[in-house]
Amino acid sequence: MNLTRRHLLLLLPAAGAAWKYVLAGTPEIAPNYKLTEHWWSMLIDLTKCIGCGNCVRACQTENDVPDGYFRTWVERYHVTDYDIENPQVDSPDGGKKGFPPAKDASGKNFFVPKLCNHCADSPCTQVCPVGATFISPDGAVLIDKTYCLGCRYCVQACPYGCRFINPRTDTAEKCTLCYHRITKGLTTACCENCPTGARQLADLKNPKDPIHEFLKTHSVQVLKPYMATHAKVYYNGLDGSVR
Amino acid sequence: MSAFRDAGHLFRLAGVFAAGVLLFLVLRSFLVPKSFGEYGHYRGNALAEIAARPVNFAGHETCETCHADVLEKKKDGKHAHVNCEACHGPLAKHADDPSSVTPAKLDTAVLCVRCHEANAAKPKSFPQVVSADHSNGLPCDTCHQPHSPAISAEAAK
Amino acid sequence: MPGVEGFMYPNEIELQWSVLIVLYPFLTGLVAGAFILASLERVFNVEAVKPTYRLALLTALSFLLIAPLPLQLHLGHPERSFEMYLTPHTTSAMAMFGFVYLWYLMAVLVLEIWLDYRRDIVVLSQSTTGVTRLIYRAMTLGSSNISEHALHIDERAGWLITVIGIPSAFLLHGYVGFIFGSIKANPWWSTPLMPVVFIFSAMVSGIAAVMLLYMFLTWSRKQTIDMRCVDTVARYLFYTFIIDFGLEMLDLIHRIYESDESFRSLDFMVHTKLYVSHIVVQIFLGTVTPILLLGATQVLTLTESARKRIYGLAGCLTLVGIFAMRWNVVIGGQLFSKSFLGYTTYKMGLVTREGLLTAVVLTFLPLVILWVLVKLLPPWPERYEGPDSVIAHAR
Repeated sequence: MNLTRRHLLLLLPAAGAAWKYVLAGTPEIAPNYKLTEHWWSMLIDLTKCIGCGNCVRACQTENDVPDGYFRTWVERYHVTDYDIENPQVDSPDGGKKGFPPAKDASGKNFFVPKLCNHCADSPCTQVCPVGATFISPDGAVLIDKTYCLGCRYCVQACPYGCRFINPRTDTAEKCTLCYHRITKGLTTACCENCPTGARQLADLKNPKDPIHEFLKTHSVQVLKPYMATHAKVYYNGLDGSVR
Repeated sequence: MSAFRDAGHLFRLAGVFAAGVLLFLVLRSFLVPKSFGEYGHYRGNALAEIAARPVNFAGHETCETCHADVLEKKKDGKHAHVNCEACHGPLAKHADDPSSVTPAKLDTAVLCVRCHEANAAKPKSFPQVVSADHSNGLPCDTCHQPHSPAISAEAAK
Repeated sequence: MPGVEGFMYPNEIELQWSVLIVLYPFLTGLVAGAFILASLERVFNVEAVKPTYRLALLTALSFLLIAPLPLQLHLGHPERSFEMYLTPHTTSAMAMFGFVYLWYLMAVLVLEIWLDYRRDIVVLSQSTTGVTRLIYRAMTLGSSNISEHALHIDERAGWLITVIGIPSAFLLHGYVGFIFGSIKANPWWSTPLMPVVFIFSAMVSGIAAVMLLYMFLTWSRKQTIDMRCVDTVARYLFYTFIIDFGLEMLDLIHRIYESDESFRSLDFMVHTKLYVSHIVVQIFLGTVTPILLLGATQVLTLTESARKRIYGLAGCLTLVGIFAMRWNVVIGGQLFSKSFLGYTTYKMGLVTREGLLTAVVLTFLPLVILWVLVKLLPPWPERYEGPDSVIAHAR
């Protein structure tokens, strides 16, 4: 096809209008924040968690989480000796107000904070019928609450129980890795408020992030590895009894 | 050709179906959000919308720009890595406009036990006490300065 | 916590899918099963079941039209449900099901009914008056050609649609099974057998429903029940039931034998929380008893009235049993914790949007639709026996 001047006279303004249209649709996440430069994850050091519940409270405050639902929560485990198949677990109000004294101080006792694992191969995004939940290019699994139908399929598909339906919006909700904070150079609310540094945000694409050194020198696990969700929340010191 | 002679009704039916599909495609072009598919199978604008949420915790670096004196006291003590808002609560509004929000005075009797009350599930190396036995009912800040909680040898007496 | 035993992840305590999601596979199962019964005559030339042919198609359509309602009432945002057609996520079984449903409704069921009834529709569009005349005229799509050749084309096209329709019916309900069976997070649901079990239990419920409807409607119209027809339908019900029961037993035995990490928790749940709905209603009353009753009619020589009573009883027990099966899958799958350390309780509302009353209304609404369809497009055999019938003209 020979591009005559007439063709160009028609094509260029059309292309210009289209380009402006494309630009108008490109959101700026935050100044100086490039999606492709980050791959977010989290490190939870169970040898440091004291079950204070600060993270649960901070998350509720930062993200306006309704009572009775949890974007993050803390579980307490009691394992008698070798019987790792039968732990006793409790999580009173998600650990939001801390934990009462243990009934049985013998055996092994420890805390396990949990949250969305922001799986790289998440079953929840796989089953969403409309594309309301997705993994962002920088590794956070997020929910578009203006698009969510509230069908609850994603809640069923999550092996970790980290999703719920917010009764105020009737849409699915879960930990967003404080996306509104991490894109501005802050850390998540839970990590900011953890007094012992048990929870730490990590950027796997940042070569200077201390997580790289930590992963090389410690034995870390993820929850339910056999589910092959490629969870990105790494636990140091995860006991075999943890469900 | 004779096979099609009496199939007029089937052609009409096919026409109805085709019209339906066409209508659907037209409606679709109007109704699908414009940013859908930009980064993946989702509305691209959602990323910016989620990132635009207001922040409630300022983050310790923000606190330290004004309260450098507290940072000085903290940095060599055991609470060096306990961030300000972990005890003082969300103060992004105070950081934006200090005079508009005055942070509440904290009650150490309630605050300190949250972390330091003895519990079998806490790591053994973590400093924890049975508060009822530890201080004879006195509030924690009688002996401990929260920003640098260690008690010096003379003060302990 | 009230209603919770042991430990559950905090967000798991409230059930996500209610009795409406139990009702949905029950309704689509009836659709698939009724269609398979209809196809027995059309494709496999089982002449004996001909009296139920048109009724089965109309039953399927009634239930298929109501099937999306429980889903809409369950959604947090039903006004956004069209998004499934605009931006369907191709990895989501639920999204793809939207198209399977549409295909089955428009390209199979509606088409087959239209082709089979077209002669009657044209005749009625010329013989009635008023609003009904307009309705029939619209349904003719403006063509009044009912020559022998046109009807022959309809017959051939209808046969082709039914041939495509059989795998489509399997797809319709197999997909619903896959929606559950593909969830690796839930061991009660996650099994490749799920779509197969769903298909066969659908066939059982659909055949039983059409059998009951035929017997009841014929009796209420004071006509004679064609026993050769009903005996044959009951025989197919019996065979299908054997397969369905076999599949469910296979799943059970496999679970007990492998005894994986979920088994103890699930076993406890079945023996406590699901005892009545699973052991008593689904297995004993809803499967074993109908199989024995139907088996008795196969090996013993019984009088016509005895057989009618047994078929009626077996049919009702079957429907209750298949509903219980859906209940045990959907609700049962949400009663236990994914930590395998605890259980919760289903608190079914009575007059809430997703409550019992809604479920009851939605169960009987298809029968209202069926009543309308039967008035509009009468399916009775007398209409197509004799020299003036469709058969005489078409063949």
